[in-house]
Amino acid sequence: MAHLDDFEGLTPAWCPGCGNFAIKKAFKEAMVELGLEPHQITIVSGIGQSGKFPHYVRCNTFNGLHGRTLPVATGLRLANHGMPVLAFAGDGDCYGEGGNHLIHAMRRNISVKLFVHDNQIYGLTKGQASPTTAEGTVMKIQPFGVQSEPLNPLALAVALDCSFVARGFAGDGDHLKGLIKEAMDHRGFSLLDILQPCVTFNKVNTYDWYKTRCYHIEPDYNPENRVQAFEKALEFGDRIPIGILYRNHRHTYEDGIPMIKETPLVKQPFDLSAMKGILEEFY
Amino acid sequence: MRDLLSGNYAIAEAVRMAKAQLIPAYPITPQTPIYERLSEMESQGTLPGVMVRVESEHSAMAMCIAASLAGVRVFTATSSQGLALMHEMLHFASGNRVPVVMGCVNRVLAVPWSFGSDQTDTLSQRDTGWMQFYCEDNQEAFDTVIQAYRISEATMLPSMVIIDAFFNSHFIEPMDVPDQRLIDLFLPQATLPERFDLNDPAFISNVVTSGAQFLPFRERAFTDMEKAKEIIREVDIEYRAQFGRGYGMVETVQTKDAQLVLVTSGSMTSTARMAIEALRDKGLKVGLLKIKAFRPFPSREVEDALQNIPKVAVIDRNISIGKEGIFCQELKSALYNSTARPRIYGYIAGLDGLDVSPEIIENICLEVLGKEMPDNLPIWVKGN
Repeated sequence: MAHLDDFEGLTPAWCPGCGNFAIKKAFKEAMVELGLEPHQITIVSGIGQSGKFPHYVRCNTFNGLHGRTLPVATGLRLANHGMPVLAFAGDGDCYGEGGNHLIHAMRRNISVKLFVHDNQIYGLTKGQASPTTAEGTVMKIQPFGVQSEPLNPLALAVALDCSFVARGFAGDGDHLKGLIKEAMDHRGFSLLDILQPCVTFNKVNTYDWYKTRCYHIEPDYNPENRVQAFEKALEFGDRIPIGILYRNHRHTYEDGIPMIKETPLVKQPFDLSAMKGILEEFY
Repeated sequence: MRDLLSGNYAIAEAVRMAKAQLIPAYPITPQTPIYERLSEMESQGTLPGVMVRVESEHSAMAMCIAASLAGVRVFTATSSQGLALMHEMLHFASGNRVPVVMGCVNRVLAVPWSFGSDQTDTLSQRDTGWMQFYCEDNQEAFDTVIQAYRISEATMLPSMVIIDAFFNSHFIEPMDVPDQRLIDLFLPQATLPERFDLNDPAFISNVVTSGAQFLPFRERAFTDMEKAKEIIREVDIEYRAQFGRGYGMVETVQTKDAQLVLVTSGSMTSTARMAIEALRDKGLKVGLLKIKAFRPFPSREVEDALQNIPKVAVIDRNISIGKEGIFCQELKSALYNSTARPRIYGYIAGLDGLDVSPEIIENICLEVLGKEMPDNLPIWVKGN
């Protein structure tokens, strides 16, 4: 049985008060409660403050390129689908440059668990608007305010029939931990968008801003009703629902590959002699 | 006007004064301050152009190409991974013959992840058909942006104006910012062909159906890049006449009687100047060859500078794994069919922004002076 400290990595260089600390804490607690050991899981990240996540935890890790978290996670999962693969990305990372990969990972329904640190800003490059920054917000390189509509990742996910769609808040740690565990337990691709205040550069979407808006999705809500889920996903303003918005039971990408049904690819013997008979037949 | 500007701000100032009309950009360290500075100018109403906040560097270059084809002067800037992501669009830019000017701040490519200077990001784009100008200081970066628009618009080939991460990009230096009136005289408003002509529709980025059709496109671009050498020289002479500063495709310092010529590019050239002085004071006949234009490669200038020079030491802040430093390779190939036959000693130094101090450079020179034959492989300088 692993302990919380077993997942502890280097000392974080995040700003004091950063929402990422709460995500890290919830992650460690969720892993321990799920009975997972550090060597049993792999974390992939991209670029941004979220990209540093694997530096600050201890398990198998890969820090990839900006926006390219999901292709790496998909490759890992296909090589060894016996291993849980977790992707940690940011809003600038995954909803911007990596947007195309997100769409196709959701379509495939590869069993990768995606946790998006959504702080509605680029933190690493010091305070430019991200794809989730509200229209009109004035920032360093948006002196006239953001001129595009913000991306609604959860509405996008429900529209694409993503098999697990949830939102958490870094200021509600226990609830977040529960969502991480649910995402891990789900068969198929899981998107957990985590509202995560950037205390240094985002002076709009603060802890207070989120706290006064976030509410737990009602217990009698049925997350398997896609139309209702779409309506829920559109709620982002004075009230912001947190919890599981949508879940379905689509077959996974791994399920559709007969070769890996019994044994993960990495555990299969690589034996070219099996090809010999086929080659002899044609040559 | 005298001003104190970082290399990034110097580039931004030049872009403003060049009146670039469309500037799509994406943040990446250490280039981001160029983008921020231009945004600040835009907010103050002093930027004649329009900025676009795009979703990636790839999109930034795609927009530059399209807008340039539609007839406007464009600019973007990037570094490292951003430049690598642009790679396929760089070929598109030169293939479509658009005079895009781009600021590039040299930064190491991952992995491992880091931030310091390393020219391998831009040198990896060697064969994309872009002109490349490596600048020594912030004044040169400013002047080169202005020159690059003239050169690119005369040749219809894109240009990279390149500075080193932090040594140039973030260090503030005193420099001269000319009057807008004089810049306007040197660089009038762009009169680019509008290639999306509604009265005469054309197929841009067309398909060819055979090598016989493809080859003339590349041959033409190659020939025009060769002709660009003369244009670069002429523009520089004109710039010097108007502003009192010129750089040439290369610069030589005390090479005439030299027993050893040191070859550098970018910011380490300033340090090399000091090292050369110190060695001369000790009675050693050492000179310096600064290579500014890398594409087109200044073969004639290099050949002239190294006639009758017994030894050459090249310091590369870059590496082509499997061969050697990239300036070193290029220098060797430029001299092979020439009458200049120096022995060429290759050094790799300063990767990821490691300091290349005057002492390091002096020691390299002393080592080469005392060494009969060059090694087959480059020598790695690990720093002080």
